[in-house]
Amino acid sequence: MERLSKYKNIAAVIGCILLLIAPFIITNSYYLHIMVLIGVYIILSLSLNLITGYTGQLCLGHAAFYGIGAYVGALLMLNLNVNFFIALIASAVVSGLFGLVLGIPTLRLRGDYLAIVTLGFGEIVRLVFVNWADVTRGPMGLPGIPTPSIFGFQISGRTAFYYLIFILVALTLVFMNRLTNSGFGMAMQTVKADEIAAESIGIYPVKYKLIAFVISSAMAGMAGCFYASYVSYISPTTFVYNTSVTILAMVVLGGLGSLAGSVIGAVVLTLIPEVLRFISDYRMLIFGALMVIMMIFKPEGFWGVSKRVKNIYKIKAGGGRRERDSKSK
Amino acid sequence: MFTQQLINGITVGGIYALIALGYTMVYGILKIVNFAHGDVFMIGSFLGLVFVQGLGMPIYVAFPLAAVATAIVGIFIERVAYRPIRMHGADALAVLIAALGVSIFLENFAQLVWGTETHSYVQQIQKKTYNFGGITLSNIQIGVIILCIALMLILYLVVNKTKIGVAMRATSQSIVSAQLMGINTEKIISLTFGVGSALACVAGVLVGTYYDAVYPLVGYSYGLKAFAAAILGGIGSIPGAMLGGFLIGIVETLGAGYISAGYKDAFAFGILILVLIFRPSGLLGKKHVDKV
Repeated sequence: MERLSKYKNIAAVIGCILLLIAPFIITNSYYLHIMVLIGVYIILSLSLNLITGYTGQLCLGHAAFYGIGAYVGALLMLNLNVNFFIALIASAVVSGLFGLVLGIPTLRLRGDYLAIVTLGFGEIVRLVFVNWADVTRGPMGLPGIPTPSIFGFQISGRTAFYYLIFILVALTLVFMNRLTNSGFGMAMQTVKADEIAAESIGIYPVKYKLIAFVISSAMAGMAGCFYASYVSYISPTTFVYNTSVTILAMVVLGGLGSLAGSVIGAVVLTLIPEVLRFISDYRMLIFGALMVIMMIFKPEGFWGVSKRVKNIYKIKAGGGRRERDSKSK
Repeated sequence: MFTQQLINGITVGGIYALIALGYTMVYGILKIVNFAHGDVFMIGSFLGLVFVQGLGMPIYVAFPLAAVATAIVGIFIERVAYRPIRMHGADALAVLIAALGVSIFLENFAQLVWGTETHSYVQQIQKKTYNFGGITLSNIQIGVIILCIALMLILYLVVNKTKIGVAMRATSQSIVSAQLMGINTEKIISLTFGVGSALACVAGVLVGTYYDAVYPLVGYSYGLKAFAAAILGGIGSIPGAMLGGFLIGIVETLGAGYISAGYKDAFAFGILILVLIFRPSGLLGKKHVDKV
């Protein structure tokens, strides 16, 4: 085991160095663009994994929080000339508040209510973006969003944005790693496994579900603010139901309740449509079919819980899993 | 004005109710949300168009043929995509993701076959409008309302009065116990998907005729609102889906007429969220109690 983790550390360091020098190797600006987008999606899928993968509450409107963050950040930067980093925090706060307001009535209930309410919320938010034309300019979107600046140094160009998202992703990963391995994270996973059992050992499920949901939506809001500043133009078409579904697919295909899984899911699902570009007409068709095939043959995802757990306690975990499945039927 | 809006709302609501039945029946039996159902509705609408326009059939022949064809599509989707996942014993989330995959597949399939543009529906029935003291009603509208109500009545009778209906209700209570009673549950599941898809096809052809338009992404907004209707009425409950469909149709038409047309879709989801906060199991849904 020790040797394995040593190799793991070496691999991680090499990976980090490769990612840091990547902009000098990859000179194609479009590839760099894809890598920045992957970074945004990694933050989004990690944040969704917190509520769906770790706390067990399905959310179908993650794009709404992403969109709220993007619009709040963009409006602050455009109208009030707020610094990017302050706008980043503001959009996280506003998205988190929306999460709180939505979560308080919904997360008291047991079952998939969050999924339905966030689905409806996602639609309502999109309609507000489209119809509140005085503020959001409706379907025309908001152009000319300024780029970030630190101490007078303007971040512009893809390489600079690449490093910015690299830092943000790294911070998110460290934060998520600390959070999910803390007592708080354990409590969340207990709530996911069994709410009644959690209650019986003194874990109040509503509290943990609510905090996880607020953190999750705040992180999505931050990703939105970064995205707005990066592409410098946002419109309601980015923050639609399809985006929520794509993020959810990243989390599930990567593996629920796994940080590495979310990263893998975000990388793979952003790359597949790009890789399949040579058969452009059929690529989304194949993408849909691949999702089904994946669920048939590997429902736990690329890096799912069962894969990791089985390595440690082989038989126990297998038995436990079967038991849970028969109960859910 | 009010009565006019109400009647328009009932017409749209009937269509939502037909689609919502597919969601609620599948949920009742398998406890999964078939997110591809909205796209099955779209395929049904296109198949109707193909039979009428491509093969030159009269609409009375095309209607049942398209319904049967869509039912086969629905059963095929269940066999190919959902059944293997259930057989592996994966949880409901895996089926949900597979359903989203099927949905992406169907949308892009339709775009490849029929193009992305909006097709106008062949009008075989001469549109006539009648005036009743200020309220205008078209013969298509009357047909939509009558057909929706008739189909719902037939479904209600089948589920409650026939042997197959008993088997369906037994399967929805517990698949394992139903199997012990000698019910071929896989057949019942196929049947459920078939009936749900056929109803969605009828809704699709009706939408095509009523609005004179069909396009590959039409299933998205109808599917979403019909899903909202199913939840509103209490998912798993057949009368609930009908009630929910009509309610969503009426609320959205009245909201669009009196408050704001731009927020038309928001009313449906707004009322859904409100109802869920105060009555989580939906209007006619059974209250679910967890036991340790």
